[in-house]
Amino acid sequence: MDTALDPAAPTEAARRPWIRRFVSKMPWTTRFCASWLIVIVGAAVFADLIPGLADPNYQGFLFGDGATNESPSLTHFLGTDNNSRDILARIVYGARVSLTVALAAVFMGVVFGGFFGSLVGFVRGRTDSAVMAVVDVILAFPGLVLLLTVVTLLGRRDLVVIATVIGFLSIPPYTRVARANALSISRREFVTAARAIGTRKRSILFREVIPNVLPTLLAYAMVNAAVIILLEGALAFLGLSVEPPTSSWGTMVNAARVDLQINVWPAIWPSLALVFTVYSLNNVGDWLRRLRSVRSAAL
Amino acid sequence: MADNVAGSPLLEVDDLRTTFTIPAGDVKAVRGVSFSLEQGRTLGIVGESGSGKTVLARSIMRLNLGSNVTTTGTAAFNGSDVLTRSPGEMRELWGTEMAMVFQDPMTSLNPLVRVQRQVTEHLCRHLNLNRAEARQAAVDLLREVRIPDPETRLRSFPHELSGGMRQRVCIAVALACEPSLLFADEPTTALDVTVQHQILNLLSREQTDREMAMVLVTHDLGVVAGRTDDTMVMYAGTVVEHAPTASLFADMRHPYSEALMRSIPRTSLPSHTRLAAITGRPPDLIDPPSGCAFSPRCPYVQDQCVNEEPPLVETDDPAHRLACWTPVGSPEARAAFEKNLAAGLQQAVAVDISAAPSSTGGVDG
Amino acid sequence: MAGTGKAHLRTGEDVLVSVEDLVVEFPCGRGRTVKAVSGISFDIRSGETLGLVGESGCGKSTTGRAIIQLPRPTSGSVVFRGVDLADLSDEEIRQRRTHIQMIFQDPISSLNPRRTVGEIVAEPLRVWGPSDADEQKAIVDRMLDAVGVDPDAARDKRPHEFSGGQCQRISIARSLVVGPDLLICDEPVSALDVSVQAQILNLLEDLKAEYGLTMVFIAHDLAVVKNISDRVAVMYLGKLCEVAGPDTLYAEAAHPYTDLLLGSVPKPDPTVEIDESLVDDGELPSPINPPSGCRFRTRCDRATDVCSAEEPKMRAVDDEHFVACHHPLVAVAG
Repeated sequence: MDTALDPAAPTEAARRPWIRRFVSKMPWTTRFCASWLIVIVGAAVFADLIPGLADPNYQGFLFGDGATNESPSLTHFLGTDNNSRDILARIVYGARVSLTVALAAVFMGVVFGGFFGSLVGFVRGRTDSAVMAVVDVILAFPGLVLLLTVVTLLGRRDLVVIATVIGFLSIPPYTRVARANALSISRREFVTAARAIGTRKRSILFREVIPNVLPTLLAYAMVNAAVIILLEGALAFLGLSVEPPTSSWGTMVNAARVDLQINVWPAIWPSLALVFTVYSLNNVGDWLRRLRSVRSAAL
Repeated sequence: MADNVAGSPLLEVDDLRTTFTIPAGDVKAVRGVSFSLEQGRTLGIVGESGSGKTVLARSIMRLNLGSNVTTTGTAAFNGSDVLTRSPGEMRELWGTEMAMVFQDPMTSLNPLVRVQRQVTEHLCRHLNLNRAEARQAAVDLLREVRIPDPETRLRSFPHELSGGMRQRVCIAVALACEPSLLFADEPTTALDVTVQHQILNLLSREQTDREMAMVLVTHDLGVVAGRTDDTMVMYAGTVVEHAPTASLFADMRHPYSEALMRSIPRTSLPSHTRLAAITGRPPDLIDPPSGCAFSPRCPYVQDQCVNEEPPLVETDDPAHRLACWTPVGSPEARAAFEKNLAAGLQQAVAVDISAAPSSTGGVDG
Repeated sequence: MAGTGKAHLRTGEDVLVSVEDLVVEFPCGRGRTVKAVSGISFDIRSGETLGLVGESGCGKSTTGRAIIQLPRPTSGSVVFRGVDLADLSDEEIRQRRTHIQMIFQDPISSLNPRRTVGEIVAEPLRVWGPSDADEQKAIVDRMLDAVGVDPDAARDKRPHEFSGGQCQRISIARSLVVGPDLLICDEPVSALDVSVQAQILNLLEDLKAEYGLTMVFIAHDLAVVKNISDRVAVMYLGKLCEVAGPDTLYAEAAHPYTDLLLGSVPKPDPTVEIDESLVDDGELPSPINPPSGCRFRTRCDRATDVCSAEEPKMRAVDDEHFVACHHPLVAVAG
């Protein structure tokens, strides 16, 4: 199975498609986790096209169609919640919010944080001091207060607002990670070698520094995405995330809280989805980082 | 081996093999090494990286950590095998009987602990000294390794000392409990040449004064030349030549020893002397070549070398042991070299070119 | 020793690089500066290999990097082909990068781990042309071949798949691809095994002859420097001690420090008596606060009052041999 590790067959392995080479190196737990991530993202994106998936906001009991807090059945695989809405459908649609928020945070973090961090780690000097001062101020600023302020000022709290604010707040930690890496990479001799060749500074930043910062940043992103999903859940718990009836995993747990003594399942299912996703992200993130450290160890 | 003159040897290693299991396969770092060392003698182990010299020393000291290491064979220290000892029993040996000086004096000292505690730690444990006695012992030790102003130095942290001073502290730590066997694993590789000279002098002096046995592991033939009684040349996890240092340098019999000697630039040679580089690369230790491991790079290679692994046997001088089918200087070697040269074998041609007198340099070696 | 002066500088058309009064200092916090290089002068003739030798902290690598203005020296001039590089703007320096190239000590760290060997060697061509892909590939292949790396096997691999010696060859190929006049080799063989070291030294000698290179060869190993150099400059604590042809220098060292260095080199010959009398338990002084006068005086057994009071100047032992010492080991006129 691990032909990629067989020293006799590197050229053979090199000819195979990269995706298969990639997968063949994964332990089975990582494969399972990666599969779960693909399934949950796919379901969230194509939720409208999944045949038989109920309307997440359809309250059946109002129309004499089903009851509240139903147990799992063939019509409702995971049962219904206290408003008689299909839990499976709500988890799938809720993934849109949870994952969008996570994606926004990772995207803004990697793009802006990664760029600024690499830049200041590479050029150092005054730019470095200035950018890092701003970063420290943002880090010190309580995120909840910022979110409350923005939500109040705009008078709405839809997905775009929430995702943007959380995304903005996640730039500073990425900047720090990228800067620390860029600092050490800029000291490596291949960067000096590039300067000695006469490569322009911008070119060195984009061709030598950033490609070496990126793997660490992406591994960090995997772990960070898990934290963001939990953060969105916590905000939802405080009523600071998207407005009902739009579901997110956090809002679902929040709503189920009321009837927790009657029926725990509406709280447990989204929690499980959350746990699985967070675990999978961590697992895949760790694996990516290990993959990277194996490569650097070979250096 | 049986050629010891007096008494039973302090250390007798027999068929020691150490293997590291990694995902890519089993790295056979040491592949059957046997030798013996008497009290008060010094043994130099010379080899390039990957020759197994450091792993050998660490195997005897039982310092190869990790679940992926297997060591077989025996290493009898004072008549009892250390390889079968429990970690607890090893602890009784470490420091008091066997000690080690490492390559990098910065990483082998704890950066957060003052010199005094690092030096006296072993002393207190083994000799039950009180604070004042331990301090006095530490001052004496530092003075012995020629650290100026030892009272002040005891309060220093390792980073406040220069590389040479740190290595002196490491030597003081290793010598604290008067071990009978000292391993020095590339003790001067990280140091400058003048400091190297100081440290090697210090080690020689301590070895003589204490009548310790010492194993000096190094990649530098120059380091072993004047400072060891015997020298063992290692290649790809095996001993290829083992002889009293003087006779080894006077009469190098193994093609690898000869090639190593020819490939190093020396201050005694005129400038621009063409060096006889060893062609090719060290072998893959996961899948070592059949026969003699040096055969793919050897200018004297013949069919037997590729098919059959040469055993380490005594030559006409019983103290000079050699693992080669075509020892340097033998008629077979000359014949094999002529044949390989005629066949245009790269390694033979490389030796031939550099041996030819040129306008810029004389004949090497 | 460890002095200033320019008696050893040569004149003539064939001087390719002339460095005068080079000073490099780095701030190290609390207003202190590390005086890495303190006013040294030397020149290199076209086609010559200058060996810069000394122990760690003597400023030899800093000197090499100051020649290519990475980083820029604090003061002093580096005249290359009649132009003082220190006067040029960053962009003008960049435009001249193809003339002066450098290879580094750690062959693996000097190659970007995420690039293929083909990309690494082609990188200078990406900056300076030709831009035609086929032409680039042909040049890269020719260069890899010249340094003894099989282009077809190596092109698509990444540096970690190669040994240190091969990485150093690749690094040499990258530096030669733009056809430099001057190659600065910063400890290019220190990280390599002895058998590989000889291969690289031979390769450098061959390439020097083939491409008509002028080299600065920086190393701490005296035997290596002797082997490859046409002229050797010994450095100590940011100063030059002695400049001479390699055979002269090693046969009759005039500076006590050179003598100490040579006496310390372990000789692979057991019949050579080890000089235990070389009682040098001295320490390298701090480059933040170097000794006054001759910087070597704290370790020198010939030191007298004049050594602490006055910095020795370079003086000629003969036409090709210069020493900066008040009490040299051989007779010096003037």
